[in-house]
Amino acid sequence: MTSGAEAVLFWCLAPLMVIAALGLLFARKAVHATLCVVFVMVCLAVMYVALEAPFLGIVQIVVYTGAVMMLFLFVIMLVGVDASDSLVETIRGQRLVGWLLGIGLGAVLVGVILRVSFPAGIGLEEANADTNPVAIARVLFGDFVFNLEVVGVLLITAALAALTLTHKQRLTPRVGQKERADARVASGESLVPLPAPGVYAQRNAMDVPALDPQGRPIEASVSRVLRVRGQERQAPLDAQIAHLSGQGPRGVGSGPSHDVDRTDGPGEPTADPSTPGAADTTPPRTTEEES
Amino acid sequence: MDMSNYLVLSALLFSIGAATVLLRRNAIIVFMGIELMLNASNLAFVTFARMHGDLSGQVIAFFVMVVAAAEVVVGLAIIVSIFRTRRSASVDDVNLLKN
Amino acid sequence: MDTSVIDSAWLLVVVPLVGAGILLLAGRRADAWGHWLGVLASAATFVLGAVYLLTLLGWDAADRVVDVHVGRWFDAGSLVVDVGLRVDPLSLTFVLLVSFVGTLIHLYSVAYMEHDADRRRFFAYLNLFVAAMLLLVLADSYLLLFVGWEGVGLASYLLIGFWNHVPANATAAKKAFIVNRVADVGMIVALMLMFSSFGAVDFASVFAGAETTDTGRLTAIALMLLVAACGKSAQFPLQSWLGDAMAGPTPVSALIHAATMVTAGVYLVVRSGPVFTLAPDALLVTAVVGAVTLVFGAVVGCAKDDIKKTLAASTMSQIGYMMLAAGLGPIGYAFAIFHLLTHGFFKAGMFLGAGSVMHGMSDDVSMRRFGGLSAVMKVTWVTFGLGWLAILGIPPFSGFWSKDKIIESAFAADGGHGWQPWVFGLVALVGAGITAFYMSRLFFMTFHGQRRWVESDDGSGLPVRHPHESPALMTVPMVVLAVGSAALGGLLMVGGAFASWLEPVTGHVEHHEPVLPVPVIMVLTLLLVLGGAVLAWRQYGASTVPVEPPVGSVLTRAARADLYQDVVNENLVMRPGQYLTRSLVYADKKVVDGGFMGAAGALGLLGEAVKKVQNGYVRSYAAMMLAGFGVLVVVVLLVWN
Repeated sequence: MTSGAEAVLFWCLAPLMVIAALGLLFARKAVHATLCVVFVMVCLAVMYVALEAPFLGIVQIVVYTGAVMMLFLFVIMLVGVDASDSLVETIRGQRLVGWLLGIGLGAVLVGVILRVSFPAGIGLEEANADTNPVAIARVLFGDFVFNLEVVGVLLITAALAALTLTHKQRLTPRVGQKERADARVASGESLVPLPAPGVYAQRNAMDVPALDPQGRPIEASVSRVLRVRGQERQAPLDAQIAHLSGQGPRGVGSGPSHDVDRTDGPGEPTADPSTPGAADTTPPRTTEEES
Repeated sequence: MDMSNYLVLSALLFSIGAATVLLRRNAIIVFMGIELMLNASNLAFVTFARMHGDLSGQVIAFFVMVVAAAEVVVGLAIIVSIFRTRRSASVDDVNLLKN
Repeated sequence: MDTSVIDSAWLLVVVPLVGAGILLLAGRRADAWGHWLGVLASAATFVLGAVYLLTLLGWDAADRVVDVHVGRWFDAGSLVVDVGLRVDPLSLTFVLLVSFVGTLIHLYSVAYMEHDADRRRFFAYLNLFVAAMLLLVLADSYLLLFVGWEGVGLASYLLIGFWNHVPANATAAKKAFIVNRVADVGMIVALMLMFSSFGAVDFASVFAGAETTDTGRLTAIALMLLVAACGKSAQFPLQSWLGDAMAGPTPVSALIHAATMVTAGVYLVVRSGPVFTLAPDALLVTAVVGAVTLVFGAVVGCAKDDIKKTLAASTMSQIGYMMLAAGLGPIGYAFAIFHLLTHGFFKAGMFLGAGSVMHGMSDDVSMRRFGGLSAVMKVTWVTFGLGWLAILGIPPFSGFWSKDKIIESAFAADGGHGWQPWVFGLVALVGAGITAFYMSRLFFMTFHGQRRWVESDDGSGLPVRHPHESPALMTVPMVVLAVGSAALGGLLMVGGAFASWLEPVTGHVEHHEPVLPVPVIMVLTLLLVLGGAVLAWRQYGASTVPVEPPVGSVLTRAARADLYQDVVNENLVMRPGQYLTRSLVYADKKVVDGGFMGAAGALGLLGEAVKKVQNGYVRSYAAMMLAGFGVLVVVVLLVWN
C-alpha cells in the first residue's frame, strides 16, 4: 500500500464486502440479497477509485449499480417480491458439492495468490498523466477500437433480444376504450362512470358505513369492533338513488354481505343468491332511523 | 506496493459468487451470483492494471462491464418470459433436458 | 477323320433343355401341344445319337474317342475348367439308351398322364431329366459331370414329388434328394482330391496323372467316387431312397429309377476305370458293395406286396450285379455296361407293364389284389412276360447273356486265386436264384392264379375292378421294349461285338479262366433259376394267395420293413444330426445371440447409469463445470513449474 489511508480504506471495506457477499448467499428474501449486492458494488466503486481508476469507478456506479441492479430490482418486483426461497435443498448432494467446491475454489485461488511473488507495482501515475478518462479514451479508441465497435453491436443486439423475448403475443383481442364503450352501450349499462365511493354519503361518522357508487353500504368501512358490538348505525340514503340498489347485473348476488341481524338492510342481497329477484322485492331504503 | 490484498479479496468474492450459483434456487439470485463473479474479476483486472502500469486492464474491465450489462438484459428477459409461462422463478423447474 | 458331325454333340444337351424351358415358360397356353413338343425333343436326341453312332462306326476303333471343345467355363488361377464333351463308345451307348428308352417312355406318358392337368409340366421335367442325363454321360470333365449329376438329382426330386399335394410324395422326394446329397459329398471330396493331385479335373488330365500317382491317393479318390455312385445307384448303404421313390408316376419310375439315372453310378465307376484299375482295394470294396446290395435287394424283393416296390428292389439288386461286375476290374467293365443296357430294356418294359396293370386296376399297387390278369390284359401279359424271362436269365433272352457273363467273371475274380472267385461267384449264383424266385412271384401273383378282384360287387369283400388293355400309345412302347428285352442281348453278343465296341474306353482285357468250368456255371445258374421259378409257381401260381398278408417269419417281416434300413438310418444318422442341430441352434441363441444382446444390454445399462448424471438441473451442471475448472486449475498449477 502506498499510503496508510489506502490500507485503512481497504481493511474497512473488505470485510464488509465479504460479509455482504455472504449475505447474498444466505439471504432468504430476494430484495435483501439485491441490497447486499448493491452494497458490494458501491464498495467496489470506491476501491476502483482508490486503485487509480476513477473513470471505472464512476462507470461502476452509474452502469452497474444504477442500471443493472435496478433492473434486477424491477424484475424481482415483476416476478414476485415476496417469493422466498426455501432453504431445503432438492438435488441430492448438491449442498455438499456446492460447499466443497466453493470453499475449495476459494482456498486454491487464495493459496495461489499468497504464494506468488508479484513484481513491484508500477502504479498508474504515468499512465494517468492526462487524467484517467483521457488516457483510457486513448487506449480504448486506439488499441481496442474494434472491440469497441463489436461491443456496440452487442448492446444493440441485447436490447433487441430483450424486446423480442418479453414480447407477448396477444391471445385475446385487445379491449381498448372503444371496445369497452361499445360493450357498455350494448349491455344497456349506464354510460357514465359511476360515482366514486362515498359520493352518496351523508354522514362521515365512524360508526356509519360509507356508501359505494351504487349506494350500498360498505361493511369494511366500519371498525370490526363496532360491528361485533352491534354499535354500527345505518347510513341514510337519498330516495332518488335508492333505486340504484339491486339494479343492474352487478347488483344481484354481488357486493359485500352484511350481518345476519340486519334483516331489513337496505336492499342488500341475502347470503343465498339462488333466490332470483329477491333483491328486487326487498323494500326500498326508506327507513330512516335518523331523525 | 503490495496489491495482493485486492487479489485475495477478488478471489474470495469470486468463490462466494460461485457458491451462490450452486446453492441457490431462485433464478434471479443465481444471476446476482454471476454478477458478483464478474465484478470480482473486474477488481482483479484493475489491480493488475495498476500493478503493471498498463491501462489495458482497465479497458478490459470496462468491456467486461458492458458485456455484463448486455448479458443481464437478455438473461432477465429470459427469466421474465419463463416466469410468465411457468409462474415460477426457480432454476430447478427448468429441467426438461433431464436424462 | 472328319469330326464336324460330332462337333454338334452339344445339341444333345441343348435340345431337350430348350424343350424343357419352352414347356415351363409357355404356361397353360402350351397345355394342348406341350407333350408332343417333349416327345419331339426326346426323339430328336435319339436321331442325333443314331447319327453320331453311325459316324463313329465308320471310323477305326482307335479313333473313336472324340473330345468336343465347347468353350471355356472358368479360369480360377491354377484351376482352368473348360466345357467339353467326350463322344466315345461308352458315352454313346448311354446316349442311345437314354434317348431311345426315354422317347418310348415319353410316348407312353402322353397316354398315361392324359387325365392329369399338369401333364405339360411333367414333360418339361422329363425333358430336363434327359438334358441333364445326357450332360452327365457326355461330359469330359468330372466337374461338368457333376453338373449333370446334380441336374438328374433335381429332375428326380421334381418328378418323384410330382403330385406334391400328397405329403407322402413330397417327403419321398426330399428323402431321395437328401440321400443323394450325402453321396454328393463323396463326389465333391473326390473332385478336391483330383485337383490337389493332378491340378485339373478333366478326364484326360486325371487319367494321365493317375499313372504316376501313388496308390493311396488313387484309392482315396476311387473310394470317394464310389460313395457318390452308391448314392445315385441306390447301393448299400445309401439305398433307402429307392423304394420311397416309387411314389412318383410310373413313367418316372421306369425311366429314371430303372433304366437311366440309377445307372449313372455304374457309369461313373466304369468311366473312372483307369483310376479304379490302379487302386485294387477300391475295386474290392466296389465288388463287396455290389455283392451286398445284390443280396439285400433280392431279400427285400421277396416280401414286398407293392408291385412297384418289388421292381425297385429288383433294380437295386440288378445294379448290385453291375457294381459287382465293375468291381471285378477291367474284365468286368464291359459286362457291367452290357447288363446295364439289357437291364434298361427289360426293367423299363416291366415298369411300363406295371403301369399298364395299375392303369387297368384303378391305380392299385398291391399285388394281393391282382391275379388272373393274363386273360384280360394280353399285350401287357406278353410284354411283361418277356421282360420276366429276360431278368430270370433264361436263354436266349437278353438277360441270360449279360447276367451269365457277370457270374462267369465273378468266378474268375482276382485272376482265379484265393477266396474272391468263390465268394463273389457263389453270391452271384445264389442271387440269381433268389431273383428268379421273387420275380416269378411277382409275375404269378399279378397275372396268374385266381382273381382276387371282381367285376361287380357280389358281397365277397373283394375290390371291384374293370381291368382293360391299355391304349396303343401305351402298349406300343411296351412292345418295343419287350422286343429289345428278348433280342438285344443276343444281338450284341454276337462275336463279342459289344465288348470290342467298348474297348477304346475299357481297354483290351485278357480273359481269365473261372474257377469252375463255364458250362458248369451255366448249368448251375439255370438250375437255380428254374428252381426259384418253380418254387414261386407252387406258392403263388398254383395255390391260393391270401388277400391279407400273412404274418410271416422273422425274415419276412424284416424284408417287408426293408431290412430295417429306415430304422438304422434314423438312429445312426438322423437322430444324432437332429440333436446336433438343436444344440447348435440353442447355442446360437443363447451364446452368440445372448452374447451380442448381452453386450448390447450391458451397454444400455451403462447408458442408463450414465444418463442419471443428466438430471436437468442447471445447478448440477454448474457444479460439474466448476469442478472441472477446479481440476484444471490444480493441474495447471502442478504442471507449471
